This record gives sequence, C-alpha cells and structure tokens, in this order.
Amino acid sequence: MLNYTPKEMVEREALVINPCKTCQPVGALYAALGVHGCLPHSHGSQGCVAFHRMYLTRHFKDPIQASSSSFTEGASVFGGGSNLKTAVKNIFDLYDPDIVAVHTTCLSETIGDDLNALLIDITPTLSEGKYIVHANTPSYFGSHIHGFFNMVNGFMKYLSVSTGTSNGKLALFPGWLNPGDYRELKRLMTQMNVPFIMLPDTDGTVDTPTTGEYTMYEKGGTTIEEIKSLGDCKSSLGIGLTISAPSVGFLDKKCKVKGDTIPYPIGIDATDAFILKLQEFSAEEVPASVENQRGHLVDMMVDTHQYTYEKKVAIYGDPDFVIGMMALCLELGMIPKYCITGTPSLTFEQEGKSLLEKYGVKEECKVQAATQLNTTTDLFLLHQWIKNDAVDLLIGGTHGKHIARAEDIPLVRAGFDVIDRYCHSYFPVVGYEGAMRMVEKITNALMDYQDSHCEEKDVEMVM
Amino acid sequence: MVLHGNELRDKVLEKYSAKVYRNRKQHVLSIDPEASNEITANVRTIPGIITQRGCCYAGCKGVVLGPMSDNAIIVHGPIGCSFYTWGTRRHKQVETDRHGEHADCYVEYCFSTDMQEPNIVFGGEKKLKKAIEECMAIYKPKMLSICSTCPVGLIGDDIHAIAKWAREEYPGLMCIAFSCEGYKGVTQSAGHHIASNQIIRFIVGTGDHKPQKKFSVNILGEYNIGGDGWEIERILNRCGIEVVSAMTGTSCYRDMKNAHLADLNLVQCHRSINYVADMMKDKYGMDWIKVNFIGVNATKKSIRAIGAYFNDPELSARIEEVIADEENTIADEMEYYKSKLKGKTAAIYVGGSRSHHYQLLLQDLGMSTVLAGYEFAHRDDYEGRRVIPDIKVDADSKNIENLKIEADENLYNPDRITPEHRAELEANEDIDLNDYQGMYPDMEEGSIIADDLNHFETEEFLKALKPDVFFSGIKDKFVVQKAGMLSRQIHSYDYQGPYTCFQGAARFGHDLVMGLYVPAWSFIKAPWKNQATLVGKLGGEV
Repeated sequence: MLNYTPKEMVEREALVINPCKTCQPVGALYAALGVHGCLPHSHGSQGCVAFHRMYLTRHFKDPIQASSSSFTEGASVFGGGSNLKTAVKNIFDLYDPDIVAVHTTCLSETIGDDLNALLIDITPTLSEGKYIVHANTPSYFGSHIHGFFNMVNGFMKYLSVSTGTSNGKLALFPGWLNPGDYRELKRLMTQMNVPFIMLPDTDGTVDTPTTGEYTMYEKGGTTIEEIKSLGDCKSSLGIGLTISAPSVGFLDKKCKVKGDTIPYPIGIDATDAFILKLQEFSAEEVPASVENQRGHLVDMMVDTHQYTYEKKVAIYGDPDFVIGMMALCLELGMIPKYCITGTPSLTFEQEGKSLLEKYGVKEECKVQAATQLNTTTDLFLLHQWIKNDAVDLLIGGTHGKHIARAEDIPLVRAGFDVIDRYCHSYFPVVGYEGAMRMVEKITNALMDYQDSHCEEKDVEMVM
Repeated sequence: MVLHGNELRDKVLEKYSAKVYRNRKQHVLSIDPEASNEITANVRTIPGIITQRGCCYAGCKGVVLGPMSDNAIIVHGPIGCSFYTWGTRRHKQVETDRHGEHADCYVEYCFSTDMQEPNIVFGGEKKLKKAIEECMAIYKPKMLSICSTCPVGLIGDDIHAIAKWAREEYPGLMCIAFSCEGYKGVTQSAGHHIASNQIIRFIVGTGDHKPQKKFSVNILGEYNIGGDGWEIERILNRCGIEVVSAMTGTSCYRDMKNAHLADLNLVQCHRSINYVADMMKDKYGMDWIKVNFIGVNATKKSIRAIGAYFNDPELSARIEEVIADEENTIADEMEYYKSKLKGKTAAIYVGGSRSHHYQLLLQDLGMSTVLAGYEFAHRDDYEGRRVIPDIKVDADSKNIENLKIEADENLYNPDRITPEHRAELEANEDIDLNDYQGMYPDMEEGSIIADDLNHFETEEFLKALKPDVFFSGIKDKFVVQKAGMLSRQIHSYDYQGPYTCFQGAARFGHDLVMGLYVPAWSFIKAPWKNQATLVGKLGGEV
C-alpha cells in the first residue's frame, strides 16, 4: 500500500499528491443544502455537479440534489447567460424550490460570466415568493471551505436586511459540520435559553428518515425568513476561526450586527468557551443538565487517561476541525505530532502553535497549512513525516486509510469526508456530547490496537 | 388506470413546458416492433433538468485512463477534478510482472497541479512542467499522462507541447497529453473518444512482445470494476486463451503496447472503446467481436463465439468443458436465487453499456426489465451499428477529433482467418463480427427507453411502473430507497462484485436477494401509522 512513497523527504512545489482539500463549489453546494426549500445550482459544465453530488451522497448516504447550467463548448466561449436563464425556468417548472442558490465553477469564473448582471435580468421573471441568490466560487482559490463561507455570505448579501428592530436573537454561523453536530449545537443553545438563527443547518436535509416517501425539500434547513432576519439579530457568533470569521465580518459590514468568532467547540475547553458565549448572551445560569454532562466528560477523561497519555497522533482535514481535534487530544494528554490542512488558512498555524504552548508540549510537533503559493501540504507529505517518525493514531477522513494500513496505525474517522463508514453523520463531535463520543472512539481504537498487536501472554481480560 | 408504453410516456412528458417536451420526446420511447424506434441521443443536456451525466474529463481520465496501473496521471487544473476521481471508481489494480517486466501501480495516488489564481492569469505551463519533474523524481513512471480540465483549454496552456518536451527530456518515458476539458462534447462520451485516439496514436503498436499461446485476445472496454476483468481473464485462461491486454481494467501501458499482436479483439463496453476496435481493424486488420460477460447465457454465447472465431476443435472442446464445469459450480445457487427473484421487474439506468448487459443477467434470474436508459450512449448503442451512417454529428460534438487511420505498412494483417471462414462467421447470427446490434433486440415490446433520464422522469416512471428494483448510480440510489424501493448501484456494485461470468452471476443473484429480502424494508411504516393503537384518551375527551 502506497509503496512508492519514499521515506527520504522530497521537495515539491508544484505537484500535489493525495490532497487534503477539495474545491470551492462543493462547499457552496453543502451550505445551500442547509437552507430550507433550496435547490443548489452549479453554473458551469455538468461534470462538477455530478462529482459534488457524488461526494456528498457518499458521505451522508442520503439524496443530494443540485442542478447544473450544463455548459457546452459554445457556451464556454461565448458565455453561459442563456444556459442559466434556461436552467432557472426549468428548475422552477419542474422542481419548484423556494430558492435557487447559484455557485460557479472554474469554467464560468475563467470566462468571466457576470452573475450579478445575469441575476438582475433573471430575478424579475421569478414568481412571487421565489428567490435566486449567488456566490462566486472559483475552484482555483482556497478550498471547499472558501466555497462554503462564500455561499453563506451570498445568502446574506441577497436576503439579510436590518429593519432597525432587533429580534433579540443570536446569529450563529456553525461552520461546516455534520447534521448531528448542528443538532447538538441547537440543543445546547436551547438548553442555555438562547434564541438563535443558525445558517446553514442541514439537520433534516441530509440525514432524512426513510418513510416510504421521497420529498425533494425536507423539513430541515434555515428558512428564507430567518436569513432575512439575520440582519436584526442582537449579535452574532461564528464557530470556526477560518470558516466562520468571514460571515461574522460580512453580517457586521452589511447589517451592523457585531459578533465574535471562536474555535469549533470540540473538546472541553472549546465547548466551555461556547457555553460562556451563550451565557454572556442569555445572562442566565448554566443549567444543571449541561454541567452534569460536562462532569461526565471529565469523568471519562480521568478514567481513560492511561491509554491516551503521551500517545502521538496525526490529525488531518479542514482547518477548524483539525484545530478542534488538536485541542481535544491535548486535553487527553496526547501529543498532536502532525497536524495538517490543505486549506490555505492564516490562523491555522498560529492557533495550533498556541495550543501546543498552552499545554507545554516539549516534543517537536508540526502544524502546517497549505498556502496560496505553496499548496503541497497534502497526505503524501504527512505520510513521509510518519515514515520518518511514527505516530500511534490517525484522526481524519477516509482518505487517510491507505496511510493507516501502510503503516499499521489505527485510524479514527472524523471530519470530511468519511465515505467508507455508515451512520457517522448522525452523531456529533462538538459539545460535551461530541467530546464524549470522541473519547470513546479514540480510547477504543488505541485499546483495540493493543489487543490485536500485543503478545498473546499480554492479552488482558480487564483493561 | 395503469398506463403502459406510449401512453405512459406521453403522460409523463406532458408535464413539461412545450420547449422541453419537444426535446425530451425524442429521447424517450416505448419499444414498438411496428415503428422505427429511432431515438435521439448524444446531444446536449437541457440546463437545470437535473441530469445524472458527467463530463468529458470523467470519461477520459476517470474511465479510460484511470485504470491503467502504471500510468501516472497528472490532472492539470484546480484540485477538485483530481480529488473526485481518486479511488471512487472501483477499477481494481495491483502491481504485476509479465515477461520479466514490472509494472507499478499508482491507483492509490492522486496527482494534481492544483492550479491557483496566478496560474489562471499567467498560464499554468511552468507549474505543469515542474509537476512532471517532481513526479519523475519520485516515481520514475514509464508512462505519464496529462489530463486537462475546464480552465486549461480556455487559458490556452499547450499541454501537447509539454508532453513532447517530457518525451524528449526523459528518454523511455511515454508522456501523453489528453485535451479532455469538461466542456467538450456533451457527456463523458467525448472523453472516451479523446482517450481512444491517443491510445492508438501513442501506445498500441509500439511493443513487440508476441503472445505465447496459440490463441490470444485483447478485451476492450472492460475496466475491472470490483474484479470483473480478473474473473473474465480467469475463464479465458482456463479455456487456453491468452489475454494480451485488457483495456484498461486489468491492464497497463506495458501490456497495451503489444495489443496489436493479439489475434482478436473482444469488445465488452461498445460505447467507450469501439473507436479503438475500429481503428485497430483499419490499422492492423484485426477483427473484433461484441461480447458480453454479464449473465450466464451471455457469457456462454460470448465464449462460444470466440471459439467459433478461432475454429479449432481442441479449443472448442475445452470451452465446452469449462462452461459445463463453471455452470455446474453455480447451478444450485442460481436455482435458489431464481426461485426468490422469478417474475420480479427492474428498471436500469446506467452510463453507456451496462443498461443492456444487465438485462441478460436479469433474464437468467427470471426477471424482466420495464425501463432502460443510458446517460451518454449514442444511437448505435440503442439501435445497432447499422444506423451509424445516418448519425449526424451536431455542433456540440463536431470538435472531437476523428483520427484518419490507414493500414500499417508492416503490421497490417487481414488474413488471421480464411475468407471462407469469415463468410461463415458473418452468416452466423450468434456472432457479432465487427458489429453490435444494440440494446433494442433484447428489449420487450412496450418497455420504456429513456436517454439521459433526469430526476423528474426517474421519479415519475418509477411511480408508474413500480419495478421491484432500480439499478442506477450513487446519485439516484438514496432518492429511490427513501421511497421504499431497492436501488442497487450498477456502476460501483455497491462495493461488491465481481459480477462477470458464472460466479459473478451467482454473486449478483445473492446481492439482489439480500437487497430485496432484508427485514429493514418491513419497518418503514411505524405500527401506529397503520392501525389505531391509541388506547388513551385524546385531550379534551371525557
């Protein structure tokens, strides 16, 4: 497995091998799935949207719908305006969404289709109560993370308004997480008595129940009215320094709603920070149920520490996810030996390094994000590092499974994308609940490894 | 009233606007023995219709080139295209040694130039060259492909000049560029053609390793999904037939170089590879026959056709022995599966060939097909190659290069069989010599054909036809299953397989029975939805 990856480190500046990111439009598509009654639309050639639907379907094992402008060579030379107009008519005729969320591909971006101008033409042709919004999502800039926040901001650009009357709510930008995480965030906000509007929210749209009936627009998703009302929120909170800070900034700029951004609430400390933010908003006591859950988590961390302490871990994936997992691992006494993301992120290395300092990690650890100029922070690089100085555990998505097998390292699957396991998207990694789940997964992975790899005389009945 | 055939078709299509109706009615028909059944296919997709189609890049890189084990494919473009074809199509491969020559296997790797904004503005040629240098330093591949994606054609990077540079810079390296930008043609199909052209131009005919056995073939258009190709090779080897190359599923550059030295080409997927079969016929005088290793009866017919072509009593006897033995091995299982599946119906919507092939396997299991369609096949795949002279290439596909092939001065050999034997073969209805009859002859009257079936039509036809199973792809699967109908993937086989030949047929039967009889289906309706289980009092009641 991966037999041609040499141990000797090689310098690369142009060839990306086994990337730790994908391209913008799929992020926009996912964000749009978190809006109720929305059909995502890809303005480009149809191959992109086929791939993006495939990618998300494989992760969620759920229907993922989106349409395409289906560019031909002619449109690619002369512009895709008429393709978009035709598409919009057909979409409303056949699929009747409340809103169409258009994103672009490297094709329409390179030829310079002016979506602002096209939508000015198209919008007046829509029926009452129907909407169309857009975001530019060039695949040759940033990653799927950029596509996600560009689309979130696209919704706000078209819809959010400040009426001058506060709705008293918290605007929450939850970043790119699974529906199980979105549910957990909403549960905590409800427990903390914080009225909120969350954008996006795929709880109910990409984890739909099997009922014997298929409906294209399921019950979940942020409503159009809620997106409009974001402009009247009392304040905003972004979760994920890389993915949500741009949305906090955008809402402030457009509607003068002030806000803060905190890391993903993964692990105990980051969840505490989230709870404190919610308490700041509600100005109420933290309820006993939340405190109790936190206590359960601490209990687990104390109980399991002898299996996790000073174990070395490599974490890869999206920047906010990796930072979150890094924090959780440090709390468990683990050493986050290698932490990488393929997404260019200015805050990633800074945050990662300050976490290492905070926990006084003596071991030399690498925290590295790709940059716009050097994109070769990828799984090939991670594998080379591991070959030179091994780790005890991998945490990340499915694409690391070859490294796990090649080097015989247990892998805990989490983040995006997990396409070779089932059920995961229903359960959280965020909050105390999510941390408990991860503590169980991490500990079990390490203990399973011990059981299967120790000498026979050392197999323990009780552990 | 339950509608069938043309009435059903008209009922579904009447919901369209006039413009869409005019278009779609040419793509959907009900098989009618009295009518011409001419279909419109391989034309542009209607924007916004929710097609399941992909692009030219997917057809070239994802389908044809991707499976070659020793081919390092650098995708020149932003990261997505490369990422999405990384391990997602199940063309199985391993490193191999043959005739003392090793072939590496790069299928676990995904290579990209990951173009950034400056590369779009100032051109990406420098980065591509550097990426090739880095790839050569790490992997030292014998073949390196450059696949272009949408923006590459628009900004004018000359990937063919770079491939030429690489061939000169690295002696012994076969570097080939593929201009398979996603917007070319109207579907994956354009990519098949572009890949085929370069295979003929650069690879086939450059090797000199002759087959070692008396009878030798190439298998064209077999991509070893879930091990399909290995199972076909196992059967052919048992019969004493050498497989020189299998394009491109179990094969590699090392083997494909020698393909012209085989005796006969077998075409499994007509759509993707008929170009190579045709060009090899013109250039080397090599015949091809259409085969189908999906289904027990289809497999038997195909192996016997190979035997008939070689016209050797010893070979034919061995073939009959192998058939008897293989059939015997699965007989009990097949009987059981048939007892569970007999009389059930299916709808099939796959890419460009399986919608036909799997109908024959379903027939083995006592099932029938009520609807079939292709994403990107051409008229000849539906109606048979006899319609090729009538097919007009439209504006959207006219820029796909058609190679002019002439007979190779040294290697052209039309005399692999005698003229008398050729006449015999041409008269034999069980053998498609250099020909393919298309899907129609295996379809029942009244069944629906739908080209480029979209989401709307999928839902409507399935609601009306209520088949027991819908065979399709990942994008359809969960839509259909949410509604309580089994959907098995016939691109990825739902991570199972192989489904080819005898044992594959039994495995397919097993998987289908498993899918239909899993207890979970019986729990879809909650018990309190079906009957009045409420025994308490409703609010307000006394």
